[in-house]
Amino acid sequence: MSKEYPGNPLNSKDFKKALKTKYVPTAEYAWSAGHAINRFLTGLKEGRILGIKCRSCERILVPPRAFCEECFISVDEWVELKDTGTVNTFAISYLDTMANRIKKPLLPAVIEIDGAGGNGFLHMLGEVDPKKIKIGMKVKAVWKPAKDRKGDITDIKYFKPARGGV
Amino acid sequence: MPRRVAMIGAGMTKFMRRANDTPKEMAFEASKMALDAAGLELKDIESVALGTAPDAFDGVHMKGEYLSDGAGSFLKPYTRSFVGGGTGVFTGAHGWWHIASGMFDTCLVVGEEKMSSAHPHPQGAFLTIFDNLIERNLGPNLVWIFALEMNRYMTKHNIKKEDIARVSVKNKGNALDHPCAQLGMKITVDDVLNSETLAWPVQRLDISPTSDGAAAFVLASEEVAKRVTDDPIWIEGVGWNVDTTIWTNRDLYYPKYVEYAARMPYKMAGIHNPPKDIDFAEPYDPFDYKELHHMEGLQLCRKGEAPILTREGVTARDGDLPTCPSGGALGVGNPIAATGVMKLCELYWQLRGEAGKRQIPKDLRTGVAQAWGDLMQVGTVVVMRR
Repeated sequence: MSKEYPGNPLNSKDFKKALKTKYVPTAEYAWSAGHAINRFLTGLKEGRILGIKCRSCERILVPPRAFCEECFISVDEWVELKDTGTVNTFAISYLDTMANRIKKPLLPAVIEIDGAGGNGFLHMLGEVDPKKIKIGMKVKAVWKPAKDRKGDITDIKYFKPARGGV
Repeated sequence: MPRRVAMIGAGMTKFMRRANDTPKEMAFEASKMALDAAGLELKDIESVALGTAPDAFDGVHMKGEYLSDGAGSFLKPYTRSFVGGGTGVFTGAHGWWHIASGMFDTCLVVGEEKMSSAHPHPQGAFLTIFDNLIERNLGPNLVWIFALEMNRYMTKHNIKKEDIARVSVKNKGNALDHPCAQLGMKITVDDVLNSETLAWPVQRLDISPTSDGAAAFVLASEEVAKRVTDDPIWIEGVGWNVDTTIWTNRDLYYPKYVEYAARMPYKMAGIHNPPKDIDFAEPYDPFDYKELHHMEGLQLCRKGEAPILTREGVTARDGDLPTCPSGGALGVGNPIAATGVMKLCELYWQLRGEAGKRQIPKDLRTGVAQAWGDLMQVGTVVVMRR
């Protein structure tokens, strides 16, 4: 192993002085939701959480998809689930989406939706003291008012501890 | 039957917070060093395999093509492989099959990443990893996935934060002996536990830095290897695996895809009892708990046992099963694809007894390197032997 290694680090001061070019991309996208997520988001607009059952492995798939990735067959048996579930895991985030520091933490969590055999999706927790959140805690969806829902994951504002939960 | 494949030279740049060098210049420096170490010239190289992470980090479209000259591939058969954070170790497989197939006798393998070009940091580029239809509108941050996985792992096995912090203490300490390291430091468990909470349970000193750097090595057929060196190091097995992107339908406490990726090279290399048959490891450690998670996926211990081995000093450089003797991503730095290549270079230097102050003080025969990435779903594993 030779002794001299290449590479020229710049400290902040040198970096300010160094010659640079700059570019800010302007790229906008619009994604169609596809067969399964279209129906899922439509369900959220109606205040319902929908899953889809694979007739082969009998798993309830949430978030729903048009095909079962394990059995590799199309799936089409829609099932309405409760809007309650269990905290599978969570974090207490003092970073916002662009990694800026924030004082009031965001509370992302994976919620296992009741009746879906442990399957679920990423969402947020609310109306809860961060110190009291536990994995395994029972939670319930808090919906936006019907008139404000638009067929988006944020039609559920967050999940809060279910009464008599924990 | 695949042909035997040897590593015959390795090189790397310093890993840096912010390099003046361009990505192409760093790729050139690492490639040139690897060629010199192998005693070969570019004309002796028949094929080139490059690994580098998403174009969005650099803001350079078709980064593989952009890097090609720096990776020594002028008018040569050249491909770029990419499997997220698993890319660097995957290049070991990518290069391996060029030679094992019989198609080429030499292959230059290069990993490069320059993460400092994205301002003020690459967070914006990382965010696009989340599902575009049902996750991004929640305003996620990249650290969330680690915090969510780490919490699940800790809770499932009732692991204390201080037992995870020991990995950071060990790796940053090991990196003090690495001449290319960005973040070698002598720190204590308390320093980690008292560092800023970013997304609990993740704190500042649990995380590897963003880095700029490149690393490279030369692979050769048995015939070429025996001609140019008395001490070839053999790539004895390669493996890779990917789980679904629907990560909320998996139990994150255990990386099954790492296990599946590891079983491939273990079978090739005749490894039946990994903790006994493997002398040291370079598991991927972008966060301290990831090293533990990956030791378990690599079958180096039972599920939930990695924190205990770490606490008992088993994974220290002078322990029975040293992990990340290089200093790892936590200490040397984490220029994503280059990190995995650095880990393969570390196996090479350790197995040849050329690791200097980092040399593991025991006879080494077999080492394993591993990387991980994408949406907590990719495992890549390479086993090397002298």
